[in-house]
Amino acid sequence: MIKFTNVFKAFPKGGLALKDVSFHIAKGEFVFLTGHSGAGKSTVLKLIYAEQPATSGEVRVSGFNLAEARRKDIPMLRRRLGIVFQDFRLLEDRTAEENVAFALEVTGARRASTPARVMRVLTQVGLAAKAQAYPRELSGGEQQRVAIARALVNEPTVLLADEPTGNLDERATRGVFQLLRDINASGTAVVMATHDLDLVRQAPYRVIELQEGALMYDSAVDEPRDEAASP
Amino acid sequence: MNLVIREALLAFRRAPLLSALSVTTIAFSLFVVGLFGLVAVNLQQALRDVAERVEIVAYLLPGAPIETITLAQKDIEAFPEVQAASYVSEDQALQRARTELVEFRDVLQELERNPLPASIEVKLKPRFRDVGHVNDVAERLRGFGFVDDVRFGRDWVEKLDRLRQIAAAVGLVVGAAFAVVAIIIIGTTIRMAVLQRSREIVIMRLVGATDGFVRRPFLLQGALKGMLGGLVAVALSYGAYALINRWLIHASFFSQEQAVAIVGFGMLIGFFGSAASVGRHLRKV
Repeated sequence: MIKFTNVFKAFPKGGLALKDVSFHIAKGEFVFLTGHSGAGKSTVLKLIYAEQPATSGEVRVSGFNLAEARRKDIPMLRRRLGIVFQDFRLLEDRTAEENVAFALEVTGARRASTPARVMRVLTQVGLAAKAQAYPRELSGGEQQRVAIARALVNEPTVLLADEPTGNLDERATRGVFQLLRDINASGTAVVMATHDLDLVRQAPYRVIELQEGALMYDSAVDEPRDEAASP
Repeated sequence: MNLVIREALLAFRRAPLLSALSVTTIAFSLFVVGLFGLVAVNLQQALRDVAERVEIVAYLLPGAPIETITLAQKDIEAFPEVQAASYVSEDQALQRARTELVEFRDVLQELERNPLPASIEVKLKPRFRDVGHVNDVAERLRGFGFVDDVRFGRDWVEKLDRLRQIAAAVGLVVGAAFAVVAIIIIGTTIRMAVLQRSREIVIMRLVGATDGFVRRPFLLQGALKGMLGGLVAVALSYGAYALINRWLIHASFFSQEQAVAIVGFGMLIGFFGSAASVGRHLRKV
């Protein structure tokens, strides 16, 4: 599904953002990507959704070898991924419903089925009642739910979430995390970058930890660690 | 409704102020080009009117038989450069002198004998009214045995030629400068509109929109803005023309084709300006 083999990524101004990172994420897995800020979590996600190319090594995502992918292949790759950000990235001048529909329309999906599909995912994230609301009329947690609905509407095989709870209070964090768990339970792989260790400890999912661009720990490969020793 | 058209029109509704600002900027840029165009069109018209008076007169020897002259007149009219050739007899010449030269009326009245020669007045077709062709035709006229002398005001035709060349050169340089300025201003305006929506472009790309899908609404919108700006510019030019015509001098306006060309120019700049801006932006995301 997602496979990194000896991946290096250099910063444009020198230095390495990723050093020799290798891992494999299988279909339907839930993986936490942890580490301090600047450890390379976002860089890993950016390589997965082809925002940036690897400097060396191989990145394979959903059948694409990204080193060989051409610019016109990237949209096709992204349609198989759902991406969620800390800052939501909603279009302020469109309603929740329009934001979600937009993701469907850009793929050229059949227009007749759009409203039904949009309502289905909004219901799934618990926001059907606020379909007509604009982002500014929604709380942070609700905005993140709209963003998740948008990520889900194309029925992705993987959901990438970059600090999805970073801007949320504790209650909203719990809600969004539970939603991601539900999504994973229905078969979608979830890769969630976070530095919220409380969240990580709450669930028995795989943890990949990065430190200064290097892979320090992968719970699928390494021995379980002593809780107290982890950062 | 098609998604591309919907997205392009939505942009007008979502950012009405910026859209109005772009259309206004485009309109005024093209209006300046239009004003210059009006000056050029009218200058050209004035030069054409002056060139209308380019005429070659062949004075005939006294006693030339009228049949020969009539035949020659037909020959002259058959020259490719010639629009019309008319015969003016001695009597007609005197008659004309009496009406045109009022100051000399008394002198002309008291003449015992008509001193004026008969002549053939030759008018050239518009595109042959320059020194080269005038000289050519004059030379051929001299070849007729009954022609005494040929006059055409060489200095005057040469000056007219020079004036035409200057007008064309100035028109080209100034016109090109105005057009370039318009292109730069319109390009910048369109770029602003694209930058204002850069967030949207990034998000579109993230959810899997192809470059073409991102680009198309912008292109349509750019062309629409350019067209609207062009229409407003033609309307403004017409207003300026109406004022000048009423209060200053009698002037002429653009032909329908020229007006369409201004609108088309606006559309093209809008279209290609958008293509360049979005393209540059897409390469970054």
